[in-house]
Amino acid sequence: MQAFQYARPESVAEALAILAAHGPGARILAGGTDLVIGMRNGEIRPTVVIDLKRIAELSAALQVEDGHLRLGATTVMRQVERSPEVLRYFPALAEAAGWVGSVQIRNRATIVGNICNASPAADTAPPLLVYGAVVLTASPSGERRLPIDDLFVRSGVTTLQPGELVTGIDLPLPVKPMGSAYTRLTRRRGTDLASITLCVGVDEAGVTRLSYGSVGPRPVLVVDETGTLADPQAPDAAKAPILEEMLAGASPSPRSMRAGPEYRLAMLRVLGRRALQTAIERLAKGMAR
Amino acid sequence: MSDRFPLDLTVNGQRYQVEVPVYHTLLDFLRDDLGLTGTKECCVVGECGACTVIVDGRTVNSCLMLAVEADGCEVITVEGLAVDGKPNALQRAFLEHGSAQCGFCIPGQLMSAQALLMENPHPKAEDVHEALAGNLCRCAGYEQITEAVLAAAEEVAP
Repeated sequence: MQAFQYARPESVAEALAILAAHGPGARILAGGTDLVIGMRNGEIRPTVVIDLKRIAELSAALQVEDGHLRLGATTVMRQVERSPEVLRYFPALAEAAGWVGSVQIRNRATIVGNICNASPAADTAPPLLVYGAVVLTASPSGERRLPIDDLFVRSGVTTLQPGELVTGIDLPLPVKPMGSAYTRLTRRRGTDLASITLCVGVDEAGVTRLSYGSVGPRPVLVVDETGTLADPQAPDAAKAPILEEMLAGASPSPRSMRAGPEYRLAMLRVLGRRALQTAIERLAKGMAR
Repeated sequence: MSDRFPLDLTVNGQRYQVEVPVYHTLLDFLRDDLGLTGTKECCVVGECGACTVIVDGRTVNSCLMLAVEADGCEVITVEGLAVDGKPNALQRAFLEHGSAQCGFCIPGQLMSAQALLMENPHPKAEDVHEALAGNLCRCAGYEQITEAVLAAAEEVAP
């Protein structure tokens, strides 16, 4: 690994100052499960690595306040997967976090790192989109609250500005009872990336939010407000064309080694139907309030 | 800021206060500086689990963690499992069930299993599969490894 400077700030202000001083040579270290790989193989050559883990204000995580649940910049997947608050209000996010890598990876990898890397296959992106997550950022010019749908551009690219730091994620608590489910297509359980990620949320008012990833440059969010998809009594024939339209945003790469585009598109429909059914059943059973 | 950093940590109960290059991983530090070569280097991308150690009670891939990140932490490697110089219950169970074939993955398997038993003394087979999903065994000794972990749990916390 190439030499770099290591900084361990104790406040967000200090971290922002180091970010500003080093410009594009600075890299943020939270879990390191992507960064350290990139540095070892020479793809990433930072001049300074800024470790966020000693910043107390970024680890104040998983607390419900003012109608939302806050995840910190250093909150790891294992915490998300096991948090009683996440399991209660955002069960599909707990499911998605539990799919990431292995226990070893989930003990280190952060949910904020997952979205900042903007991998199209990021497991937590679809549930965060379905739950309407808001990304909190800080920069020398102030703080921002960014709807997560406005964050992703394409693989490895986000709308974050140079010098801007993601400090956390806010998840608004569901106002209406909601049923949700996450599912994923993968080759093996543990340490494999997803060939498809998919999350569905249906609420009592009949709104269906569907998000899917790993089938295009960025995860997609689509919403159905006709009430047909969420209706347990509606026939499959009525749901199929709506679902088909919602899945039209998929454009899987023919170059990925994990699964061919035809297979992904076929399985996307299967996963969509299954997750929708599970979400409807969970809503009926009163899961997630 | 510097490319060397003071490190104060505990490894297998022994405290070390040293300076390390910041670009060395925890795995580099354990193997090259401390000579604890039980922890293996293999895929170096966090997929195989051969470098698994326990840091503050939780398993990590030591190839993906900078040594400086372990500052102030308590690290346990496979060398720290023995009790009074003898294999612990988990290690004995691995021997008795023929879990080690070539043996290369076994230090990592042991550390994942140890962390599981520290947290859940009565695991089911599916808990073992989940806890050890990040430890690959190319000899495919998974059955014997799972049997050994369940047997050790039985012995330690019947």
